[in-house]
Amino acid sequence: MSGGVTTARERRARRAEERATAFSLMRNLALREIRAEYKRTVLGRVWSLLNPVAQIAIFSLVFGLLLRLPVPTGTNSEIHFFPLWIGIGVITWAYVSGSISGGMSSLLANQGLLTKVYFERSVLVVSSIVANTTTYLTELVVLVLITALIGGPAVLLYVPLLVPLLALTIAFVIGLSLMLSVALVYFRDLQHLWAIFTQIWMYASGVMFPVALVQQAQDQLASEGVLVDGQPLPLVTIFELNPTERILAAFRNIIYDYAVPSLDTWLYIGVWAFGLLVIGTLVFRRFSRNVVEEL
Amino acid sequence: MTEPAIVVDGVSKSFRVYQERNQSIKAAVLRRGRSRYTDFHALQDVSFEIPKGSTFGLLGRNGSGKSTLLKVMARILNPDAGSITMDGRVAAMLEVGSGFHPELSGRENVYLNGAILGMRKDEIDAKFDRIVEFSGVGDFIDQPVKNYSSGMYVRLGFSVSIHVEPDILLVDEVLAVGDMDFQEKCMEKFAQFRDQGRTVVVVSHGLEQMRSFCDQAAWLDHGVVQDVGPARRIVDEYADSSHAAKPVDGGGMRFGTGEIAVERIELLARDGGDPDGLQTGDGMLMRAHYRAHETIERPVLGVSIGTREGIHVWGTHGFDAGWVPERIEPGTGTIDIRIDGLPLLPGMYDVSTVIQDFRRTVIYDSLQRGASFTLQRGERDNAGGIVALDVAFGGLDPEQPIVPLSRLR
Ligand SMILES: Nc1ncnc2c1ncn2[C@@H]1O[C@H](COP(=O)(O)OP(=O)(O)OP(=O)(O)O)[C@@H](O)[C@H]1O
Ligand SMILES: [Mg+2]
Repeated sequence: MSGGVTTARERRARRAEERATAFSLMRNLALREIRAEYKRTVLGRVWSLLNPVAQIAIFSLVFGLLLRLPVPTGTNSEIHFFPLWIGIGVITWAYVSGSISGGMSSLLANQGLLTKVYFERSVLVVSSIVANTTTYLTELVVLVLITALIGGPAVLLYVPLLVPLLALTIAFVIGLSLMLSVALVYFRDLQHLWAIFTQIWMYASGVMFPVALVQQAQDQLASEGVLVDGQPLPLVTIFELNPTERILAAFRNIIYDYAVPSLDTWLYIGVWAFGLLVIGTLVFRRFSRNVVEEL
Repeated sequence: MTEPAIVVDGVSKSFRVYQERNQSIKAAVLRRGRSRYTDFHALQDVSFEIPKGSTFGLLGRNGSGKSTLLKVMARILNPDAGSITMDGRVAAMLEVGSGFHPELSGRENVYLNGAILGMRKDEIDAKFDRIVEFSGVGDFIDQPVKNYSSGMYVRLGFSVSIHVEPDILLVDEVLAVGDMDFQEKCMEKFAQFRDQGRTVVVVSHGLEQMRSFCDQAAWLDHGVVQDVGPARRIVDEYADSSHAAKPVDGGGMRFGTGEIAVERIELLARDGGDPDGLQTGDGMLMRAHYRAHETIERPVLGVSIGTREGIHVWGTHGFDAGWVPERIEPGTGTIDIRIDGLPLLPGMYDVSTVIQDFRRTVIYDSLQRGASFTLQRGERDNAGGIVALDVAFGGLDPEQPIVPLSRLR
């Protein structure tokens, strides 16, 4: 059956070519997004750094200075600097939520392309996330440099851990975005619903307060007699069920604490990331085929 | 026949037409999943093959499913039933500026568009200069494309598409946006494609273009293939039927969209007098009495003469004659077409007129055989055929005496 072998090989060659095409297209679309975003602005790319800086300043002022939240001390680094702690959270959260909302609306935003040319549709979602990731990477570099200035260069020893952590985060975001992007085409309300959900999600992810605060609330409630089956209300457990809380905690663990996140954390994030990636891919494959007609 | 480049096999496609298009969660919940829609069959069991290296035209009225079929071929839409097999690299030009990002420069868009069409970066690098040259956008290449005119959009987009060197090129009506110069360039390129064994599928409403340019054509009506075959035959069939020509009171047939119509063709002698007794070689004045229902920008008037037997003898239009009015205002009026001499042999002839838009894609009015005239015998009546040519016999070698003219009469 030599004929069968050749066709199989041909098919493999064609698929390899399609993959190469999809990859180069992904790169181009990501570049397009990066270039177009700050086109015709005076400050250009500087904006991508100014934005988080402003947010960090506001949060530090409100939560650190006015509300006097307890400032966590880095376990190994001994860093005791609220703006840095909150900066890691703010920047990472902005990346995660921004990537999801960008990836989610990428199909709608590129109607012009979808209805006029064929290409692997998931490229749109992925390239939008890739564009966000490159911005995040530059911010991360700045963060690590500042950390090194404040807490010493030992942080560089832990920086390699950011690679697998970022990979899991990207998988998480892509999986979720793939799912949401097709859902959004069929239900346009989702955009607004998601905006509200993101607000809640931000607080639930502990962007601007440490888990110690939740623990404190749990203890206080318990001492006031609010009990479930004789146990205190498991606020901390619930809080830590949220995968993005774990992701932010892991980033802080590495950068702020100069520590290795626990195995439990790695596993938990890993299960979420792979689970969402698989489900997202399946959902996308099933529904993206007829998405053009609904645009 | 050579092996097919494209096999369309039993393709059907229907769209959901929603009574109330409401893509909201609330609507979905209220309907409890039963959305109210009807199926609209845009393509029904379409089958044909397109041979490698041929140029194939798709004809049909607005909404007959041509663009839908192209989109299914280009894999943009997914057919409900049937399959399409495309042999080779496919590039599609479906709409003006498809895949262009308005804020980016022409240069950046060439790279983006090239990538979408499956070119790698080094490939685009190598072809970049040729792409820009063919498009003719020149220095504008570094301007954001939102500053381009629609013609420039199409030029650049088309230029990228053909430099992908696709085995199969799908082109929807976009090229009509380009100027004459560019259209000519495109036609040349298509011919070149055909020579290289590439396959081109075009949708166009320019019937003349289709007739002269396509090898084969398919005619779609309401999503159903009416006929597939040699382009000339299909174009004629389509022109005859789909225009649904209506008989006209004063004789002849008429079709067209009707914004402006030639109500009557008046034939006069060259000096404006009685046309009776016209002879071969005499001049003639054709006066078209029109009625416009709205302002018509740059109408192109065409006129033709044919024999009673239906042989097309002569035709011209405003473009060739260099006479296109800027506009015609609503109301009635006349247009004169003066012919200095009719080099036609005696017989009965019909006159037809057509009024088209500037791009000649819309036929406002086509009055076929709207008037007729008879040419009487003139001095040069001693021949057969249609046209009267000035001839002189002579040079008999070796020489012999010639019969005197008086003996021949
Ligand atoms: N996404 C869609 N949803 C619903 N109906 C659609 C959709 N796309 C096309 N149609 C319908 O399908 C029919 C065929 O459309 P198509 O664009 O293929 O026509 P066409 O032959 O290209 O016409 P034209 O000459 O005007 O370009 C039309 O009636 C159109 O309304
Ligand atoms: Mg169309």
